[in-house]
Amino acid sequence: MAHDVDPLEHERASWKPSSGLAVEVSDPAVNPGLPPHRERITDKDPAAMQRAVRTVYTLFYLSVAASIWAVVAYMVFPLDGTLAAVHNNSMFVGLGIAFALLAIGIGAIHWSKAVMSDKEYIEPRHATRGRDTTREGAIAVFEAANEESGFGRRAMIRNSLIAAVVASVIPGITLFRGLAPEGENPVELLEHTMWKKGMRLALDPTGRPIKASEVTLGSAFHVIPEELAKLSHHEGYLEEKAKAIVLLMRLPQEDLIEAEDRKSWSYDGIVAYSKVCTHVGCPVALYEQLTHHLLCPCHQSQFDVADGAKVIFGPAARPLPQLPITVDDEGYLVAQSDFTEPVGPSFWERH
Amino acid sequence: MARFKKHRQSGRRSPLAAAALIGIGLLITGGVYAGASAAVAATSETEPAASTLTVEDGQKLFQANCATCHGLDLQGTDAGPSLYGVGELAVHFQVSTGRMPLQAQAPQAPQKPVQFTDEQIEALASYVQAVAPGPAYPASEVLDGEGDLAAGAELFRINCAMCHNVAGAGGALTEGKYAPNLHHTTALNMYAAMVTGPQNMPVFNDMNLTLEDKRDIISALLWMQENPSPGGYALGSLGPVAEGLFIWIFGIGTLIAVTVWITAKSN
Amino acid sequence: MSTATATSAPEQKKDAPLGGRFVGAAANYIDERTSISGLVKELGRKIFPDHWSFMLGEIALWSFVVVLLSGTFLTFFFQASMVETHYDGSYPLMRGVAMSAALDSTLNISFDLRGGLLVRQIHHWAALVFVAGIGVHMLRVFFTGAFRKPRELNWVIGFVLFVLAMGEGFTGYSLPDDLLSGNGLRIIDGMIKGIPLIGTWTSFLLFGGEFPGDAIVGRLYTLHILLLPAILVALLALHLVLMIINKHTQFAGPARTNSNVVGYPMLPVYASKMGGFFFLTFGVIVLIASLFTINPIWNYGPYDPSPVSAGTQPDWYIGFADGALRLVPPGWEFVWLDRTWSFNIIVPLVVLVLFILLVAIYPFIEAWITGDKREHHIAQRPRNAATRTAIGVAGVIFYATLWAAASSDLIATHFMLSMEGVIHFLQFTLILGPVIGYFVAKRIAIALQKKDREVVLHGYESGRIVRLPGGEYIEVHQPVDQYDRWKLIDAETYEPYVPRPNAKGNIPWHRNLRAAISRWFFEDRLTPLTQAEIAAADAHQHHSLDHMDEEEAAEIAGADQRAAEDGRPVNAVGEKASAEWPSPKALNEANETDEGDAPRA
Repeated sequence: MAHDVDPLEHERASWKPSSGLAVEVSDPAVNPGLPPHRERITDKDPAAMQRAVRTVYTLFYLSVAASIWAVVAYMVFPLDGTLAAVHNNSMFVGLGIAFALLAIGIGAIHWSKAVMSDKEYIEPRHATRGRDTTREGAIAVFEAANEESGFGRRAMIRNSLIAAVVASVIPGITLFRGLAPEGENPVELLEHTMWKKGMRLALDPTGRPIKASEVTLGSAFHVIPEELAKLSHHEGYLEEKAKAIVLLMRLPQEDLIEAEDRKSWSYDGIVAYSKVCTHVGCPVALYEQLTHHLLCPCHQSQFDVADGAKVIFGPAARPLPQLPITVDDEGYLVAQSDFTEPVGPSFWERH
Repeated sequence: MARFKKHRQSGRRSPLAAAALIGIGLLITGGVYAGASAAVAATSETEPAASTLTVEDGQKLFQANCATCHGLDLQGTDAGPSLYGVGELAVHFQVSTGRMPLQAQAPQAPQKPVQFTDEQIEALASYVQAVAPGPAYPASEVLDGEGDLAAGAELFRINCAMCHNVAGAGGALTEGKYAPNLHHTTALNMYAAMVTGPQNMPVFNDMNLTLEDKRDIISALLWMQENPSPGGYALGSLGPVAEGLFIWIFGIGTLIAVTVWITAKSN
Repeated sequence: MSTATATSAPEQKKDAPLGGRFVGAAANYIDERTSISGLVKELGRKIFPDHWSFMLGEIALWSFVVVLLSGTFLTFFFQASMVETHYDGSYPLMRGVAMSAALDSTLNISFDLRGGLLVRQIHHWAALVFVAGIGVHMLRVFFTGAFRKPRELNWVIGFVLFVLAMGEGFTGYSLPDDLLSGNGLRIIDGMIKGIPLIGTWTSFLLFGGEFPGDAIVGRLYTLHILLLPAILVALLALHLVLMIINKHTQFAGPARTNSNVVGYPMLPVYASKMGGFFFLTFGVIVLIASLFTINPIWNYGPYDPSPVSAGTQPDWYIGFADGALRLVPPGWEFVWLDRTWSFNIIVPLVVLVLFILLVAIYPFIEAWITGDKREHHIAQRPRNAATRTAIGVAGVIFYATLWAAASSDLIATHFMLSMEGVIHFLQFTLILGPVIGYFVAKRIAIALQKKDREVVLHGYESGRIVRLPGGEYIEVHQPVDQYDRWKLIDAETYEPYVPRPNAKGNIPWHRNLRAAISRWFFEDRLTPLTQAEIAAADAHQHHSLDHMDEEEAAEIAGADQRAAEDGRPVNAVGEKASAEWPSPKALNEANETDEGDAPRA
């Protein structure tokens, strides 16, 4: 820095920023200055320059041709309802546009590299900090404004202004309460699903009820409440489904480890668990028949169906809620009640 | 400068080079052929061929190739499960995809080059079916690919895509197991897998997925096999991971190469 | 050429204005209304330094333009509504299926609009390139210390742009309401619900009720085409204006100092290079979009809470967040005081926010450590800022591990590993990888500094081996030319802070802290070179090279003399040997007659 010839020294006269922990070298290496300009082939040989110029405009004209091709392709490859037509249209129009753009780009770069002058220039930098006179002028502006308005000394005006501006924003923010519906409590909604005592377990998506005898060993049935299939989208089909989906499997009775108070929740080795992952809510749908493990494909949480769907791997923290089931008098599988705990991902108010 | 030795005067290339080149060429051709024929063998699959082999031939084949692990009477041993009730369908599935005979213990039986001809497979299947009947071949209508495509695709997404991926590209299971991709699976093997639930795949009986449902699913899968993506190369249908990898390697890679070209000094 | 005109052009000196009468008149018209001539004069020949790594930000800039253009086209056809409809377009596997208008319109764009699929793919590929471009640009700025004063604010703005770009991408790919992005929204909802105190209500507000509701797509659309792009464009403009005011940094080189810019002028060279690069970026993206499928929503089908696809991942730039979720071990949640504390969600969120914050405020941390308040316009080579480079490498490894974790299931299937093994390995790497990477990178940087010093003082190894008269072999070191050598000399060195007791005789804790950190930062360093040392090394090199040249000339003269005495051809150094060699036949005869060895040549 000491030997740096700084053309803007005069601008920085009063400003000597601290160099902090930088080491000052008393005899720093000397900058050799710009090397002599090395001529390019196009500078030395006019024929080479001509060739470069020809390349550039040829590329530009090729680009025009490619653009025309893209328009032609648009017309020549219409859509006729087949996938092949979509592919052809997309690909040929796209390739035409791509080549048109690439040709312009390559031509422009070649022009700038081979044809345009490659002389290097040196431009001085200005100090980013304003000059002292400028800064004084700026301060004078504020001083005058302060003097004329009394902003500095009239604390009451100033403070009440700040309070007013801040407060004026709050009603606008309040309006955004409308993003959520009135009169609904999200915690209550999360704590209950559509399942009720006696509601039949049915196939997803048709809603056909399932008999216990149909659930053979090694099966995995994707289940919804029978009533759900009758709901339309604007009656909340997806919202109910997001809590009510269940996976139904049958294991040999002797393989099932059941807590005392849950022995009645299964039926002859048939168990039903919520399909909503207790991690962040993806469907835990991968059932491994031999290991009786359930795997969630999103973050690889694993649950053991034979042991209360407890977590055996992955970021989930709670076992899948179990749906208590039994059969009705026609042999169809029915729920004994709703889930006894909220299904799906954890939330703050859950206890 | 250099002394004139008793030296060959041919060019710089060694005469051994020609021999090496031919050797390499043979190796490459042979390797490609072997690989291609293995691939063809693994995928060549049609409906059960009309067989000139009998159940007795099947029994001999079974005793020679399968009984070590599955027992001479299909009763199973420590090394392999019993085959009572698996039926001709399971035999067809396992043997025609090369999974059986199993060569080594692994998290699951991988597909490998098929070791039997179609006729031999049918003989094995009919033998096993004769000894202890199980799931049988379906009516040809189920495999005809003329089902309801949209319904089949929806059922596939609900029942199959979580393991096999929405485009049938396959997926991971626990502990090193996996659901294979379905890009080359035959209609019969699709049906067979649904019905027999090989290894960790669940069983989909006809009450869960009716014959009509199965026909729809098979039709949708066959359609996906025959109709490549209209957007261009599908990058394995693996989704955002493949797309991200591709754009970093080829997209950013190309663009950085372009910046190097742009700022290089022209000669 | 041109004749004098009768119109009252402002300049009477030339016969015709530059560019012709029309251009001249137009320029005059505009200038009289906008003062644009001032801008042209000021900026038209502005000098920009030239290095490929300075163009990485342009990858982001031009791909953003592509995103804007293609996105505008799509807004004419996309319907951001979750109203239920049934698809009746060309794609057989979706026909009759119930879905939202959003997915329906996306399918129509893909299959029943000429060029629709192409533009959709251009838009999505360009979005991936956009965020990747910001990433490589940010890494370049970090590793060259270009965030130092006066550019700290621009770093923060750029960082906010990065976050906005990720937000744009996420809101964008969630718009079609397909199975993949819908599950992504489900995951976001689950994460939000896990936030203490405000989570449940935030989720309720965001989705307009229970998940999934029928509002989210419309709301994300508002964010995606209105709010986020508006903020993005405004900040981008500010980012570029600051770059113009501060001027671009440049690498050290001949004639380049901290007080100047050396390079080419905006018009015509840079305008052409930047314009050309725009077309090339656009062209590469369109090429990829013509040939490669991206986001095939027809395979995924409509979002439904029941199905899910194997291999469910977000777009690459959200991968680090998904990976963070996957790496949490089981059971990190408990109920306390009747409330659920989901640390399996809180911890990844906090870790990610902290990481992001650290990146955002890094310039201020380094400024505090060095206390250097001067302006820095020379970009440092990464090796010359060893600790910073090592920190950057550690950060990249941390980010990359999280990113890799998002594809843990695909890594397992493709490399025939177990997913448990992959996840455990990545958990291990997340903690140890950055530490190991830090140490390795720092040592490599210091080693490279030493190598540069070697080359400056002793020249580069030329590959020419010389046998000295005493019998020893040495490799000749050629000096680097003075211009290239200047680039190898590091001009900036720092030393650790040594605190002094204050008036009361104490050293405040924050000064001790600064001292400790600055020791960590600057302890391993090379002493700066002085011109005297360089001159001395130069002299020594020239001396030994001259000496060698003399020896070589003496040897060759001796050989020539002996050759002349024997009547053999003489080879002048640097000239080709031209001699008539005997024909092969004659050589054969010579060999066969076995006249004995020819005299040593």
